[in-house]
Amino acid sequence: MKKMMEIRIHGRGGQGAVTAAELLAIAAFCDGKFSQAFPSFGVERRGAPVMAFCRIAETPIRLREQIYSPEYVIIQDASLVVFDPQVLIGIEKCYAVLINSEKTNWPEIKNKNIVNIPATKIAIEKIGKPFINTALIGAFAGMTGAVSLAGLTRAVTEKFGGKDNKVAESNVAAMEEAYRLVKKS
Amino acid sequence: MRKCIEGSLAVAEAIKLCRPAVVAAYPITPQTHIVEELAKFKAEGEADFEFVRAESEFSAASIVLGASASGVRTYTASSSQGLLLMTEVLFTIAGLRLPVVLTCANRAVSAPINIWNDQQDAMTIRDAGWIMLFAEDNQEAVDFHLLAYKISEQVKIPVMVNMDGFVLTHTFEPVDIPSEKEVACFLPNYAPAAGQILNVKSPVSLGCFATPADYLEIRQDLFNDLVSSMEIIKKELGNFKKTFKRGNSELVEYYGDKDAEIVFAAMGSIVGTIKDAVDELNAAGQKAGVIKIKCFRPFPKEEVVSQLSKAKYAAVIDKNISLGQEGILATEIKALVRNDKKVQSFIVGLGGRDVTRQHIFDIYKKVQDNKDGVLFVG
Repeated sequence: MKKMMEIRIHGRGGQGAVTAAELLAIAAFCDGKFSQAFPSFGVERRGAPVMAFCRIAETPIRLREQIYSPEYVIIQDASLVVFDPQVLIGIEKCYAVLINSEKTNWPEIKNKNIVNIPATKIAIEKIGKPFINTALIGAFAGMTGAVSLAGLTRAVTEKFGGKDNKVAESNVAAMEEAYRLVKKS
Repeated sequence: MRKCIEGSLAVAEAIKLCRPAVVAAYPITPQTHIVEELAKFKAEGEADFEFVRAESEFSAASIVLGASASGVRTYTASSSQGLLLMTEVLFTIAGLRLPVVLTCANRAVSAPINIWNDQQDAMTIRDAGWIMLFAEDNQEAVDFHLLAYKISEQVKIPVMVNMDGFVLTHTFEPVDIPSEKEVACFLPNYAPAAGQILNVKSPVSLGCFATPADYLEIRQDLFNDLVSSMEIIKKELGNFKKTFKRGNSELVEYYGDKDAEIVFAAMGSIVGTIKDAVDELNAAGQKAGVIKIKCFRPFPKEEVVSQLSKAKYAAVIDKNISLGQEGILATEIKALVRNDKKVQSFIVGLGGRDVTRQHIFDIYKKVQDNKDGVLFVG
């Protein structure tokens, strides 16, 4: 593993980009690593483009700048690829791009490693609602191995586990499904 | 226990462990998550403090003033306009020698209106008579709150813990939250000194009218006590290290090449980014270092002078500005060092502008240009 891994997540307000970054950071922490997650602050309007950031490292993380040269980019809403120019910052050099989509052709993205995952479809099937986050992070774990499935399960159970365990269980199911799909491909 | 937790929630847990009797606040971004979490602790029966949601920050500060004067441990938090609305009361709390603890989630000040991070709010009330600590990361933010109560109750001076809004308050990272037992051992219950508080059985007046015959001496006393609180702060930092096995007793920390010609000076979360930039500069054979000022009031003059003694240039990086002058930390450092050392004021990160390593490299180059005046970077 490189000294520090940087992940940038793009979504729209309400889709949970910040939660996705948190879950990845908590999962990495559960895996025994150092991690940091933070939002591109203050634009919490439903539907507006938002960014969230996650760093994972073997040593304590001191750096606080936003992420301009990510190792990985996760795109929760595919319409942002053409709509939000920030999505493309540093995208040429990143290892891989993960998109919530069934489409496979992305002329705007100058990167050969694009993984498409039908996260919305998986979420509707497993959770019953288009809560795409857990499917996407499951796919991310399958694609990169940066966080373990066990770590993610702990993070998701902590976050969504409450009186009704079904919420956590259905989210874990969505995560595992996306993980398997990416692993197979 | 170590957790990967949001900064605000970590601080709320620390406050719960410190067992205040009264918490009063008015919500303002980016401080809100802290008091929201405290309200939740109260609602769920995990804490038994009185939680007062005031109708303004002026009231919130007045409520903790009154509660503290009655002899109990208190807490409030604010940011930006909220902190400025408290200003009048903040001076009074210090003048009354009440050990109030306040978190400032540092944020820019209007106008233009801006909810993002800089340190203009706290720096604007630097003369109020409070001890002011600045946290680099969320571990320090947690630890400084434990220390804040321990220090304020000994020296009878309020403490403001500063943590950068959003950059720390909204960031998830690993933080060690001490146990109830450890905190109770480090910070026993508050036992105010006789005569310090309002007591119907032994009546005293606090904050009486002071004529020209007395006012100067009373202010001089507060000044002297604030200056000498430096030794108590260092002692308690040392005790903290003994108890919790982290931190150190320095008010000013040095990081980087020991013979650095160019030394950055800064406060708060930006120090982390500067340390990474210093590592890169050092690896490239450039002699750079950074001093982190943990305690801004009282100002640790001797430590700053000694840590800068070998530097040819000091690049002072402020996330605030005294309009019409320069960065406030720059002014304070210029007042200390000899004329043969070049101290330059750099302003970064106002209103939440991202501060990157590249900005620090730019400052490294620009400080050697020997220009006067204030340089805005970013």
